[in-house]
Amino acid sequence: MKDALGRPQSVAVFGGTSEIGRAVVERLVGGGTARVVLAGRDGAALENVATDLRHRHGARVDVVPFEAEDRATHARTVEAVFAGGDLDVVLVAFGVLGDQTRDERDPGAAAGVVETNFTAAVSVGVAVAEQLRRQGHGALVALSSVAGERARRSNFVYGASKAGLDAFYQGLAAALAPEGVHVMVVRPGFVKTRMTAGMKPAPLATTPEAVADVVVDGLGRGAHTVWAPPALRAVMVVLRHLPGPLFRKLPV
Amino acid sequence: MPAQLLTGWGRTGATRAEVASPGSAAEVADLLGTAGRRGVLARGLGRSYGDAAQNAGGTVVDTSGLTEPLELDADGNLRAGAGVSLDTVMRTFVPRGWFVPVTPGTRQVTVGGAVAADVHGKNHHLDGSIGRHVTRIRLVTPTGTHELRPEDDLFWATVGGMGLTGVITEVDLRMIAVESSAIVVDTDRTPDLDTTMALMTEGDDRYRYSVAWIDCLSSGRSLGRSVLTRGDHAPAAALPDARRADPLRFAPRTVLAAPPWAPSALLNAMSIRAFNEAWYRRAPRRERGAVHGLAGFFHPLDGVSGWNRLYGHRGFLQYQLVLPFGQEDVLRRTVERLAGGGCPSFFGVLKRFGGADAGHLSFPTPGWTLALDMPVGPSALGPLLDSLDADLAEAGGRVYLAKDSRLRSERVRAMYPRLEEWQEVRGRADPDGVMCSDLARRLGHLGAGATGGIA
Ligand SMILES: Cc1cc2nc3c(=O)[nH]c(=O)nc-3n(C[C@H](O)[C@H](O)[C@H](O)COP(=O)(O)OP(=O)(O)OC[C@H]3O[C@@H](n4cnc5c(N)ncnc54)[C@H](O)[C@@H]3O)c2cc1C
Repeated sequence: MKDALGRPQSVAVFGGTSEIGRAVVERLVGGGTARVVLAGRDGAALENVATDLRHRHGARVDVVPFEAEDRATHARTVEAVFAGGDLDVVLVAFGVLGDQTRDERDPGAAAGVVETNFTAAVSVGVAVAEQLRRQGHGALVALSSVAGERARRSNFVYGASKAGLDAFYQGLAAALAPEGVHVMVVRPGFVKTRMTAGMKPAPLATTPEAVADVVVDGLGRGAHTVWAPPALRAVMVVLRHLPGPLFRKLPV
Repeated sequence: MPAQLLTGWGRTGATRAEVASPGSAAEVADLLGTAGRRGVLARGLGRSYGDAAQNAGGTVVDTSGLTEPLELDADGNLRAGAGVSLDTVMRTFVPRGWFVPVTPGTRQVTVGGAVAADVHGKNHHLDGSIGRHVTRIRLVTPTGTHELRPEDDLFWATVGGMGLTGVITEVDLRMIAVESSAIVVDTDRTPDLDTTMALMTEGDDRYRYSVAWIDCLSSGRSLGRSVLTRGDHAPAAALPDARRADPLRFAPRTVLAAPPWAPSALLNAMSIRAFNEAWYRRAPRRERGAVHGLAGFFHPLDGVSGWNRLYGHRGFLQYQLVLPFGQEDVLRRTVERLAGGGCPSFFGVLKRFGGADAGHLSFPTPGWTLALDMPVGPSALGPLLDSLDADLAEAGGRVYLAKDSRLRSERVRAMYPRLEEWQEVRGRADPDGVMCSDLARRLGHLGAGATGGIA
């Protein structure tokens, strides 16, 4: 159970090797969260993360194989993730950036990005929501992106998939509030990770650790939408309402 | 069964449960027999601060329908349905000359809730907690209905057992005779903690009731300055003429109601400091023999209904600890750290506990008990209280489960050394772990494997 200060005892991550997901888990475990479930594709990498968490923090860590693209397995995977008992926080942290140039021209590639970032996030989200409903408490955190706030020339396939995810989890937040379940959408800006390696950092670029701070703080406050860094909220209010011709000229 | 979001009095950590309102012990037994995987729990008036009366995803038995019987014999033996409130008990029987043997700081608790938490009052140093005055309990467990008396193990696993042994449906309690509904009170204002503790140590035994209100924000030389009030039931002859005609009159009213909404900042560091200052200054430096009403003396906060909402939407918690006698240094250090920790606390209360109580998980143990209300918000609060817990456990102290909403599970065993004994007795009454609460899940004290519901 989470305590009066919002501190969870257990956390699960879908996309267990995601750097942001991992940073959030590190923060939580450092603050006393004792049980972790990592669901992800790369078994060896997951095991490394698990071993590290066990050794450095004495956490109880379980690993569950999870394949975002294989939708038929989602319900079963989610059940396996919940098999060890209640989960106070579930993080949906998997996703791909895609390759905008390719995705703009290759229907299969574009659909693949949407399939992972949106369709799988919806399918996992529905299955997790059902479990949280049943336990009558818990928080579900989804990693969206500022790219979903307003589609940009440079990454609109990725942006569109995140816009879909964002809208879905906002709706889920409203649906689950009366069930005692808290849903939070996280909108990071440019985060320096493997996914963005070699790219030129955008203004207000941030790190997985800073995103994790924002997530943990938002969980404590019961926030529904958080931005990382928080200053992005104000920036995006302006950008969202900028006339199209002007917006397209911006170097974003 | 309607589903409901429930919290404790501190309004933190809401969880959802199906709420059932049985009207009889037989209906309670049916509910236990048909429990789902996430179990069942009784809930009284929800006056425990944290998650003790919540059962996420499971069934919560609202006991407000269990109000039969309500009888008192000529010797002052009360028989009450578990859902009867102490408010009702007092309104019914004080005018006939009988008072409850132990009352917490609010009348808005049920008889069942008071027994399940084994509540203490301002007279613990002489009279112990409520369990000492209970002569019989009817308890419905998943394995059957039991009439329990103090010679039964299950009686003492239930007194202070926080609802986890079953649902109490009836309680027999020995009341005390009073001549009036008034208290004769002596008040002393003290300049610091040492003076407070010295006064209490030296004089508490001369009074049935004793409590010190501590200003937990003042530091330095005035660290722990207090207003100590001590008193006894007033004999009818001690009443002023105006009250003599009707010495047992008892009709407390709610004089104020908090607004249903409140800005989170209403009770903040500044307003709490100002309140503490004003309260301290308002008290007489030394007063003897003042006559106060029962309600004003025991339940001042009941005059403002819904005052818990003043803490805003993030809610608040109460930190109540007991430290054995001989550990006064730890107490002093604790007050020091609370005064300097950047986490404002409202209304500290200091009392002396007498002999330990027999409940396996009863909170009181001989020593000093300190209770503080603190708004949730400052990020330093969690780490501060965690580290105070560490000192507390090491010094042989504990926190009160009826108030707790944040203790770490790894500390319970050290704080409650009879936990295993309790688990063993409870295990016989409820072998499948049907009785469950959020508190139990958080503290993992149902034993391994049972943190998510029925093992
Ligand atoms: C302003 C204020 C002042 C207080 N002062 C004191 C004080 O001075 N001393 C003190 O000891 N406490 C004090 N308390 C705490 C309070 O006395 C306890 O939390 C008490 O248990 C509340 O009773 P309730 O009926 O509201 O029970 P709830 O809060 O609804 O339930 C408390 C626990 O009792 C169990 N329970 C309730 N009914 C039953 C039943 N019929 N059968 C089995 N289990 C049951 C629940 O499962 C839960 O674990 C205070 C609380 C407040 C809000």
